[in-house]
Amino acid sequence: MSDVVKHLFRPWTWRMCWRDCRSNRGRLLLFSLSIVLGVAALAAIGSFGVNMERAVEEQAKTLLGADLSISSRQPFSTNEEHLFAQLGGEQARQIAFNSMAYFPSGDGTRLAQVRALSGGFPFYGKFETEPPSAVEEFKRGAGALVEENLLIQFDAKVGETVRIGKLAVPIVGALRKVPGESAALALISPRVYLPMADMPATGLGGKGTLARYTVFFKFPPGTNVEKLVKSIDPRLDKFRLSSETVEKRKQDLGRAMENLYHFLNLGGLIALLLGGIGVAGAIHTHVKQKLPTAAILRCLGAPVAQTFAVYLAQGIALGLAGAISGALLGALIQSALPRALASFIPFDFQFRISWFAVVRAGAIGFGICLLFALLPLLAIRRVSPLAALRVAWEPKSARDPLRWVIIAILLAALFAFGLGQERNWRMALGFTGALAFVFAALSGTAFLLMRLVRKLIRPGLPFVVRQGLSGLHRPNNRTHLLIFSLGVGTFLLTSIVFIEHMLAGDLMITTGTGQANAILFDIQRSQLPAVSNLVAGLQLPVLDQLPLVNMRISSIKGRDVESLLADKQSHIPSWPLRREYRSTYSDHLRGAEHVIAGQWIPRATNAAVVPISIEKDIAKDLGVGLGDEIVFDVQGIPVTTKVASLREVDWRRMEPNFFMLFPLGVLEDAPAMDVLVTRVATSAQSAQLQRAMVKAFPNVSVIDLTMIVQTLDAIVNKVFFVIRFMALFTVLTGILVLISALVTGHFQRVRESVLLRTLGAASGQVFGILLVEYLSLGVVAALTGVVLALGGAWALAQFVFHVHFAPPLAPVVLAFVIVPLLTGGVGLFMSRRVLKYPPLEMLRAESS
Amino acid sequence: MVNQLSDLRKEAAAKTILEVRHLTKTYGSLTVVKDIDFTISFGSTCAIVGPSGSGKTTLLGLCAGLDQPTEGHVLLDGTDLASLDENGRARVRSESIGFVFQSFQLIPTLTALENVMVPMELRGDGGPATLAKARELLDHVGLGGRLSHYPSQLSGGEQQRAALARAFINQPKILFADEPTGNLDTETGRLVIDNLFALNAAFGTTLVIVTHDSELAERAGRVIRLKAGALVPES
Repeated sequence: MSDVVKHLFRPWTWRMCWRDCRSNRGRLLLFSLSIVLGVAALAAIGSFGVNMERAVEEQAKTLLGADLSISSRQPFSTNEEHLFAQLGGEQARQIAFNSMAYFPSGDGTRLAQVRALSGGFPFYGKFETEPPSAVEEFKRGAGALVEENLLIQFDAKVGETVRIGKLAVPIVGALRKVPGESAALALISPRVYLPMADMPATGLGGKGTLARYTVFFKFPPGTNVEKLVKSIDPRLDKFRLSSETVEKRKQDLGRAMENLYHFLNLGGLIALLLGGIGVAGAIHTHVKQKLPTAAILRCLGAPVAQTFAVYLAQGIALGLAGAISGALLGALIQSALPRALASFIPFDFQFRISWFAVVRAGAIGFGICLLFALLPLLAIRRVSPLAALRVAWEPKSARDPLRWVIIAILLAALFAFGLGQERNWRMALGFTGALAFVFAALSGTAFLLMRLVRKLIRPGLPFVVRQGLSGLHRPNNRTHLLIFSLGVGTFLLTSIVFIEHMLAGDLMITTGTGQANAILFDIQRSQLPAVSNLVAGLQLPVLDQLPLVNMRISSIKGRDVESLLADKQSHIPSWPLRREYRSTYSDHLRGAEHVIAGQWIPRATNAAVVPISIEKDIAKDLGVGLGDEIVFDVQGIPVTTKVASLREVDWRRMEPNFFMLFPLGVLEDAPAMDVLVTRVATSAQSAQLQRAMVKAFPNVSVIDLTMIVQTLDAIVNKVFFVIRFMALFTVLTGILVLISALVTGHFQRVRESVLLRTLGAASGQVFGILLVEYLSLGVVAALTGVVLALGGAWALAQFVFHVHFAPPLAPVVLAFVIVPLLTGGVGLFMSRRVLKYPPLEMLRAESS
Repeated sequence: MVNQLSDLRKEAAAKTILEVRHLTKTYGSLTVVKDIDFTISFGSTCAIVGPSGSGKTTLLGLCAGLDQPTEGHVLLDGTDLASLDENGRARVRSESIGFVFQSFQLIPTLTALENVMVPMELRGDGGPATLAKARELLDHVGLGGRLSHYPSQLSGGEQQRAALARAFINQPKILFADEPTGNLDTETGRLVIDNLFALNAAFGTTLVIVTHDSELAERAGRVIRLKAGALVPES
């Protein structure tokens, strides 16, 4: 090894390396292209990561818009207000709740997140509005800021009015951006900002309305907010208030962005690995062509290390060329990444090239390329000088132990990369294992194909078919490399299509025919008969009607919530202890739920201890099981319950579902809001229902599940756009590897093609032979990729998404058409000279 | 320069350059070379002849340290090749041995001049003196005007003459030629052999030629005959 390194520092090694590749430089550069896209992806993503970190750091305060926010599901009590007064600083208030926004100009209505705001929020950053002066107008109390998308949807204009509850308020501006919130959020829940002073006029936000009350603080510069929050933590726990600081938001956001960054990085690495395999395949062919030269050098007295160093230098040069080109390309294309991810980034993104990330990507690319190149280069070490004497000399096929060392280093490098991304050795091991499995499956398929073809070829087959199929297993075949590159590409693309189909199909199932697709909520008890009549009057069915009672947990198994929250040893997360539960009571279970343990008791006979049913996951979080006692605070009245059954709830069914289910006979007298479930056949009917409801009962909100599904679909599409964007690097790399493999294959096939033509084969026959070989490779690669994708999609459906998976036919058919056509097309294009020119001319050209 | 070298080599003519003792080479159950003994003295010329498959090329490979014998020893200029590792044998080849192959074996990506310089460059001597020597040798074999031609731009005879120039550039003590005219027509072959013997005479190099060509064998001072891997007693 040290000898090789020593020779690498000798000028002659590099001179010989340069001279030796005189006739192959173009080809070697083409091979180096295999890693360019992978390196480019890593460089672009790396820069994105660095920029993201910097943006989060620079814009930390605008992420929250304040130094501290404290919020509650209940209006703040006198004691809580006292605490806020003690905290001091500049304060702003917000009440956020969901309600129907009605646009009289277009007679359109949609559920929106209404935020009534007072004070100077945001203290850091600013609302982006059109016109920009609208913020000042809003702060003067002149009207509402409405999400731009909402205005576009209903063709409403600034200056017109929007009705929230009973209040019709002028629209002073279109809201484009709120500090710290991503554009994707606006898709789920469009925002409408109202001046706080207008809140009473809406008639909304009364008892029972699910609202979030927030107070934002701006403290004098130099205030240690973290310390301050720590000092009031016990009181926050006691009041069940949740707080958020800039630091916490930064950490949460940092984690989310880091996950996105790591996901993208893994995508880049897959492209790079595929490129590495391409390099290995190309170098393998290159080395085979160079073995005679290596033998001559050995004969002339070059030691093994010196000969090896010459070709290692070529591998190094190739890796450097690919890594540098990739890094530069990455620096160029990185500006595209923030655009692709714009919907998911909740802050302004000033893109600057991170040379550190570019160099790091180049170094990773170079390392991976070199490791892959070393695998075939090792053969140089085993070249005997005897090969110069005997043309037919073949290197011994004994396994080279160094080969396994390099494979082990590659796997370790993959594991280290995975560990760097996930910071979790299990995940890193899973990532390395999954990649190794896919590669092993593809390799195994190629091996089996060669065995199978060798056995299946019969003398009775037409000459062209026999020759073409033989190309799959004869020496110098490209079967392994092409199955790899095409298989991985097909696998990735069809997987993405399958998963998209699976998730879209699941959304369709959850809102399938006959199922409820519109939910009316926040119906006051007194309004219920009239609301039911209105629904019936519109010829719509009342599919279900249930009361919602707000409650909180007071104690679990005799321990009060405050002590559980204060107990640092407790394994119960704080959110299920703090949250307000909206529970219902019923004498029957609904379609989306079933009991998995215990017994559902439909009516309570003993009011002292109420037998309830609890959803299995929240039971696990709360650490309760059958027979355990939970005391609820039902709007001031303690209600002692016992877990009588555990339920499994299909949350994907877009129906009212509950963590806690009470029997009849307990909560009937508690203050409640009602929910009514119906089904609308068309979007026009949905709009009609919403309009009628907002006019007659402004406090009642209507959730149109079809629109939710469309919104989710839009978000899923955005996510898949990002995934497709990353897959593009891999697919393009696959095509480059395909071209490089076909180029090397072409140089190996050209001699026999020319020989065949010399022996009298017509161009058509040679064309046919090549076509059969390339099409067979394409078909098998498509088959392998599709089978792996089907297996992967099935596993995801079974174990991750828990949905039924019926593979769509179209992408499978497309894969079987496109992949063989692409392989055949590129292969024949590369071989066009063999078919076109006279054999002698070709032989001369090839030997020069 | 060439005449001075020749004189020096003549002084050493009585000395043995190559000594082969009980040399045997087997591949699995097949014995290709059987218990061969001979010596070759410094500056002499020797032809190894025999029918195809008689073990000539194997014997040449063993004598030149390209392969390891199964049994026996090869002593080249007093050094037992079996006692050297691969790098040691490579050093011996670089310093003491020249080769001429049937299929010329020029490096296809190097020009004629670069091909000739390679053995010296491998020894770390690729300077102006080597360049001048390479030019002189190529000129000597009639390729003075084709220095920058690639092997594919040279005819078979020209390639073999370039190979001759390469074989002599490191002033080898012994030169092994494996069927040097095997790929050439009679006329071209004769020209190459004339060049070979002329250079050999000029450098006083020991010459070992493996050949089928009886005319070529007759030009050697001594003929070693092989049959089925064994030496045929000299008549």
